[in-house]
Amino acid sequence: MASIEIRDVSKRYAGRAILSGLSLALEDGECFTLLGPSGCGKTVLLRLIAGFEAPDSGSILIGDKAVADAASGRMAPPDKRGLGMVFQDYAVWPHMTVFANVAYPLRLAGVKGDELRDRTMRCVELVGLAGLDQRLPSQLSGGQQQRVALARALVSEPGILLLDEPLNNLDANLREEMRFEIKALQQKTGVTILYVTHDQEIALGIADRLAVMDEHGKLCQIGTPEEVYEHPADDFVFRFLGIANFLFFTREGNVLRAGNSRESWRGPPPDIDGKLLTAGFRPSDVLLAREGEGFSGIIRRASFLGAQFDYLIEIAGVLIRAALPSHECVARGLLFAEGDACRVELATVQWFAGHVAAAEKL
Amino acid sequence: MNTRTKPAPRGFGTPELLFLLSVGVLVVVVAFPMLLIFFNAFWVNGHFNIVDVLAVLRREETYQALLNSLILSGGVTVTGTIVGTFFAWLVTRTDLPFKSTMKLLFLVPFMLPAFIGALAWKMLLSPRAGYINRLFMDVLGFDSPFFDIYSYAGIILVETMYLFPFVFIQVSGALERMDPTLEESARISGADLFTITRKITIPLVLPSIVSGALLIMLYSMAHFGTVAVLGVEIGIYNIPVLIYEKIHQSAGSFDSIRTATVLATVLVITAALILWAQNRVLAKGKYQIIAGKSFRPTELKLRGLRIPLLILCIAYIALTIVLPTATIFMVGGLKTYGLPFTLENMTWGNYNHILFEWDLTRDSIWNSISLGIAAALITMFAGVVISYVIVKMKVRGKGFLEFLGMLPFSVPGSVIALGVILAWSGKFGINLYNTVWIILVAYIARYMAFSLKANSAALEQVHDSLVEAARAAGASMAQALRDVVVPLVRPGMIAAFFLIFLPALRELTVSVLLYGPTTRTIGVAIYTLNEDGETVYSAALAGIALIIIVVGEILIKRLVTGKSGA
Repeated sequence: MASIEIRDVSKRYAGRAILSGLSLALEDGECFTLLGPSGCGKTVLLRLIAGFEAPDSGSILIGDKAVADAASGRMAPPDKRGLGMVFQDYAVWPHMTVFANVAYPLRLAGVKGDELRDRTMRCVELVGLAGLDQRLPSQLSGGQQQRVALARALVSEPGILLLDEPLNNLDANLREEMRFEIKALQQKTGVTILYVTHDQEIALGIADRLAVMDEHGKLCQIGTPEEVYEHPADDFVFRFLGIANFLFFTREGNVLRAGNSRESWRGPPPDIDGKLLTAGFRPSDVLLAREGEGFSGIIRRASFLGAQFDYLIEIAGVLIRAALPSHECVARGLLFAEGDACRVELATVQWFAGHVAAAEKL
Repeated sequence: MNTRTKPAPRGFGTPELLFLLSVGVLVVVVAFPMLLIFFNAFWVNGHFNIVDVLAVLRREETYQALLNSLILSGGVTVTGTIVGTFFAWLVTRTDLPFKSTMKLLFLVPFMLPAFIGALAWKMLLSPRAGYINRLFMDVLGFDSPFFDIYSYAGIILVETMYLFPFVFIQVSGALERMDPTLEESARISGADLFTITRKITIPLVLPSIVSGALLIMLYSMAHFGTVAVLGVEIGIYNIPVLIYEKIHQSAGSFDSIRTATVLATVLVITAALILWAQNRVLAKGKYQIIAGKSFRPTELKLRGLRIPLLILCIAYIALTIVLPTATIFMVGGLKTYGLPFTLENMTWGNYNHILFEWDLTRDSIWNSISLGIAAALITMFAGVVISYVIVKMKVRGKGFLEFLGMLPFSVPGSVIALGVILAWSGKFGINLYNTVWIILVAYIARYMAFSLKANSAALEQVHDSLVEAARAAGASMAQALRDVVVPLVRPGMIAAFFLIFLPALRELTVSVLLYGPTTRTIGVAIYTLNEDGETVYSAALAGIALIIIVVGEILIKRLVTGKSGA
């Protein structure tokens, strides 16, 4: 349907650089997620693509047509870019019924009569709102309004769908359901999706490829969800994709001293050099035992969360989080209380150069 | 993250064009006449001249007018605040019967023009001819009249009746929104109800009381009608009345215009001081404890006082609303003013005469209605565009635009009228004096702020993303405005229309300075008929005006509630 290419785009607001020299290419028909913290400029990028903002420098191509080019000053208006967009606050028109909302893009395109009716109703059904087409938005729940916005963005079969944190305001169950539905819709229609969010779970779950953006509007890493999750480019990406534990080491000869303790690293040697190193790992990478090999730790907090136990453990002078399936804890006698001693081994770690600050401090 | 409607403007585009257009309209209609007042007050023959200004200020009549303004508005402020606060407390914090009905009834005086009320009270309580006073002297045999309405006290009483809702609205709102746990916790700490009222409740609602009181003062300071009807015969006049006399009696001589501009300057400065004080009070009084939510406050049990206080409220309403209104209609039906109200003295002839036969009154009704509609329509549309620039567009200097638009809100009507005379009497190429157009220009200046307020409020509800969603759906800017913005702003526009049309209909202060032989408004016609001794016709026309106003108010209520119900 349509690819998107962003070439060396910069944008400033009130003297502050939001994006500088950003380049990114989206392939035709893929679901691409842009993941970054709040205020990092991802919404600005979306608005640049939609045409609500003009780049200060660089150019944007949709298909092979330049829709914004700072050098020549050319700007295609939003209505001439052939895209659908779902806004963070839904932006469902409160004075129109569901049907009128969804039909509006078709009306503008000159579709009339039975065709207008059929296509609109097909789209209303597609998002699961059959039977609600004569309601006003004020009579719908947040999730239903969300679906109206989605149907409205899809009805004219645009080449590109821009989604700005569209699932933010939904409750957890609905969020999951809508995530699957967006993915299914994309496979059915072949639309190119750019999905902007700060929620790593949605990003990983929905994307064919994703990009992680840092606070300064810089793209840290682009890849498939598995690549980015398994091989984060740096500690920022690692930290952003889930709960992150960091344990720092100092190289003394052939030995890696952990933290400020006398204990040392006994696993496979790190894949990078340098005197100062940090090991990053997830709570699920932590293997606990009452006795045996590994770092000696002390349980500082134990919380039961139903399916799993969440422990806060002090090792080598730092605090780490560990998550163990409840049934395993019960089966192996690993029900720790605060103050208990334990042994900690790490299944897999990511090595980063230098000392990375840990999330939790003593 | 900020969301913005328009791409960053480069050079000159539609936003700049609309901005300049808006500024242009407001400068011509609002700023230019205002500046002319100051210019005429301080410049004589091209020279800055403060000596003459001081001379004008030192004149006996100026001094007297200023003093009267202070006495009258001060008095009205005190009585209006006491009455308004008392009734507000009664309908929000006690177990008075029929509270919600009472609350609505206390707002009715807002609808009634004060000068028509003054007219009614003159008919009832003028020292020799007033019906109540005659009842006292002729029938009951007293030597002196019951009450002389031609006095400071009389003027203050009449203005209080029609201005106390300013305080009533503010205070009942604050009392309703106040978190009752604040009082309950004081109760638990051992304070009795009297202590709680003194130490907790009153300090918390004080900002609302003061801000309502200052509104009364502002309004009373600039008020022409009541003083003109009740005060002039015994030589009580305030600044607006003096401005009126200067303009009317000295046939536009330069000296009288200059005196009027100096008086107007004094009035503007006083109004500015009052508004400044109000802003200070409101800024200081922004307690977090008065939350936006409506709680159910604890009610004081009135016990034995319940029925007496209810009777007091009903008596107050009967005395201030029913009695004057009935008087207007009754006198309007008399064959000759002064006859007793017996059936053989009554006639429909007066109403018939002013509605169908007499050009002067027929014209005045037509003038007021057409002026009201024209002013409301023009200000409504101009207000939408200007509000759109202020609320939605990213152009530099829109704060200036907002200031210009809101300026007339604080400028007394007589000052606006004077400025319009200076600007549109041929000095600058256009002479509208003695035509209906000069009144229209003045109305537009006076009511622009109303329209800006209503339209800005409506536009702020229209989130930028609603327009952007339309653009993304394939709508051009014009289509997005037509299909999304205009339908959503329409209720605000309709509200603006009526907010202007209804006050314009009963307007007196501005038009009394601007009317010509064929361009009387309803207000002017009622006022001048009364001045000329045509009391029954004056009353009959006032009765017609009341009917038009009440029907208008009911229509707007219908329209507004109908909209929100959909």
